[in-house]
Amino acid sequence: MQLEILVEKFQQKDEKAFESLYNMYSESMHGVIFNIVRNQDIAQEVMQDVFIKAWHNASTYSAEKGRFFTWILNIARNAAIDKTRSKSFKNAGKNLNADFFVGIIQNNESLDDQTDAIGIKKFVSKLAKTCIDVIELLYFKGYTQKEASETLDMPIGTIKTRNRNCINELRNMLDI
Amino acid sequence: MDTKAYIDSGILELYVAGALSEKESKDVYALLLKYPELLNEVLAIEAAVVKLTAAASPSDSKVLFTSIKETLNFGTQNDSKVIPIGKAKTNYFSYMGWAASVLLAVGLFWMFNQNNELRTKISTAESDKEFLEFQIERANNSLSEAKNLISVLRDRDIISVPLDGQAVYPEAYAKVYWDKSSSNIYLDVQGLPKPPEGKVYQVWSLTLNPLSPTSLGTLDNFDTDENKIFTISNPNSSQAFGITLEPAGGSESPTMEQLYTLGVVS
Repeated sequence: MQLEILVEKFQQKDEKAFESLYNMYSESMHGVIFNIVRNQDIAQEVMQDVFIKAWHNASTYSAEKGRFFTWILNIARNAAIDKTRSKSFKNAGKNLNADFFVGIIQNNESLDDQTDAIGIKKFVSKLAKTCIDVIELLYFKGYTQKEASETLDMPIGTIKTRNRNCINELRNMLDI
Repeated sequence: MDTKAYIDSGILELYVAGALSEKESKDVYALLLKYPELLNEVLAIEAAVVKLTAAASPSDSKVLFTSIKETLNFGTQNDSKVIPIGKAKTNYFSYMGWAASVLLAVGLFWMFNQNNELRTKISTAESDKEFLEFQIERANNSLSEAKNLISVLRDRDIISVPLDGQAVYPEAYAKVYWDKSSSNIYLDVQGLPKPPEGKVYQVWSLTLNPLSPTSLGTLDNFDTDENKIFTISNPNSSQAFGITLEPAGGSESPTMEQLYTLGVVS
């Protein structure tokens, strides 16, 4: 359980462990934040704040409440959403693109030289609308199952199984 | 428990997304600890989601970790929760610093004292050593003198001539060891009193018929010579030896009234 040890060390303010966790999750967090704020400079600034916040609040994390990834994912989503509600963000006249994460991934040129990139691009291009909706809300926006159920007007059970099928497709593509 | 049905329900995907309630998440966690296959499933889901979300990151806008580290070190963030933590850390280090400097001061003082003590000890040891060297030198000298004397006494070619006390000082005595082969006499004057101020013993070689004295010299350092044995060159064919007390510097001929000891070669 190397991840658990890393997280424990991180909670004991071990900078090396913090750096390892950063390397594992920063790109993922950046993707989530960018999908919300749609601006590279702001996404960068927010992500930096997210990891600094995680460092200072490391003691509040508890494995009992959920995965470390989920914990930092929550911090990232909340920070990004807070940012879009801030005055400075609104004053800058950022018009949020209605595009979901799919559009970003499809237009992401920097993905072309990454190992899993082709698979993921292929994956999102074939992705059914329902998968796009569910993944967008649950992973990128942080909706609870109840909120997702209400937004998509689907029973919670359906959300669950559909989401599982979508993630399974992704795993098959990535061979995980 | 049917872990396959549990997995198929899709609850673990929601668990990773953080879409479950706190209570539901705790229940899942308890099961993860119990069933390794559930944990493996969670790890796989998590890995897939990490890759998917990372794909939405324009990779040219990655933030280097060093900039976060710098920010943390500079403590420029405005988060009110942050400040006490930063402060506590600083205080801890400053306490450590004070403790270390006090320790250092005490340590230096101790070393200074030790150093002084050692210096004193070294100088004491040095003077002790000098004294001992002096003693050894003296002992060596005495030893070589004593060895010399023994070798003289044991030599069978040595003629021993006892000199008895005369009228002026009957208790006096002396002894001559005459080594004819080297023409030396070894004069033992242990039995003579200390000469008065301004006077000196003078040694004479005598021939008896006719009585003629030849001076063998004065015992100038009688007082300072510790073993009271004098080595004197004597090339004469002596028949007797005598010692007289003479004025400092010695006399041409012996003052017979002051003849202390006299002995005849047998």
